Amino acid sequence: MSIESGGADRPGGITPSQTVGPFFAYALTPRAYGGRELATELLASEGVPGERISIEGRVLDGDGAPVGDAMLELWQADAQGRHQPQGNAGFTGFGRAETTEEGRFRFETVRPGPVPGPGGTLQAPHLSLSIFARGVLLRLMTRIYFADDPANAADPVLALVPQARRETLIARREPGGGYRFDIRLQGEGETVFFEA
Amino acid sequence: MSLIYPRDSLKAHPPNASPDYKSTLKRAPSQPLILLPHTLSETTGPVFGHGCVADGDSDLTRQHAGEPLGERIIVTGRVMDEDGRPVPETLVEIWQANAAGRYIHVRDQHPAPLDPNFTGAGRALTDAEGRYRFVTVKPGAYPWRNHHNAWRPAHIHVSLFGPSFLSRIITQMYFPGDPLFAYDPIFQSVTDPAARERLVSRFDIGATEPEWALAYRFDIVLRGRQATPMEEPHEH
Repeated sequence: MSIESGGADRPGGITPSQTVGPFFAYALTPRAYGGRELATELLASEGVPGERISIEGRVLDGDGAPVGDAMLELWQADAQGRHQPQGNAGFTGFGRAETTEEGRFRFETVRPGPVPGPGGTLQAPHLSLSIFARGVLLRLMTRIYFADDPANAADPVLALVPQARRETLIARREPGGGYRFDIRLQGEGETVFFEA
Repeated sequence: MSLIYPRDSLKAHPPNASPDYKSTLKRAPSQPLILLPHTLSETTGPVFGHGCVADGDSDLTRQHAGEPLGERIIVTGRVMDEDGRPVPETLVEIWQANAAGRYIHVRDQHPAPLDPNFTGAGRALTDAEGRYRFVTVKPGAYPWRNHHNAWRPAHIHVSLFGPSFLSRIITQMYFPGDPLFAYDPIFQSVTDPAARERLVSRFDIGATEPEWALAYRFDIVLRGRQATPMEEPHEH
């Protein structure tokens, strides 16, 4: 590395990514270890304005086997479509959870509002999702949209995704009222992942 | 202030399809990634302040009744953006194996001893100049089952947020001159030799503490640069 003690040297490039590995939980999702959690599966506490929703699903590999050692991170705007980097009155907009041995996850939050998009467009309500896991060298980046939202039809990002694969980005309403979003890392029904 | 993230920078990253690292075989996407415009959803991100870091979080040798076994070290460096500007007050999370090469994680079955005085997890915030500093013990190398006689070079996992969703990174810091580099498919998954070198800390005599601990310097460059402020909102 060419950077000496600070100063005006321009870095030669960014620090490359490496896998989170299988043993992150005691540091990043340390509930079972009695550690202090930076963030949890709760992105908005009770009383935060907006419609309360849950999103649950599974992470599956190319064989359809559960990915039981993934870490998921969500980032979203509040119900008014504003991102709150510092958090605001019970709303953080940021969630973090480890999948269970069965590859399951569940987040609780409020439905985000629409967010400004490129060229004066409006993006349909969505959450940004990062997936870290053993065997994933660079986090996988995707988005979660909501099946019942008419704004999806005009969303500038969904429009970039081939029609046949768009549904992999759409969370479905379950009979109980919660949303279901499964993540398939590879193969049949593979989730759309983004580069940004 | 508009943040611009050059896409060229992404070339430093390893491809997820890196078959020598066996765990990628069923977990790497097979479809091409779709280019995502940089909208507010990407150029914002959570900010973690002083409330997230407690006293002592950055000293992994003082989290238990006694001191951990192993070689005490200082790990320090600067977090910068792509223009070399400091990234102040950003959260750095680390975790690592103990000096014997064993993680406290329940699924680590390596038959090396756990250390009752070492958990191996730490947090720090960078200062106004982007500097961070941890005190820990040097982690041991350990075997894994990727291939016959596979060993991971000693490393510390490092996780950072930076200013946005796009600057988020999890990586691993290695130690200079490790003879295992040539045999490690995770280190070698970074195909650009210059980028790979940026994963290796440097011994830093200036940061050592005489009669107490050696020091390694690991500077971290996050995606993003601060562009000139613009009068009009500028969409990419």
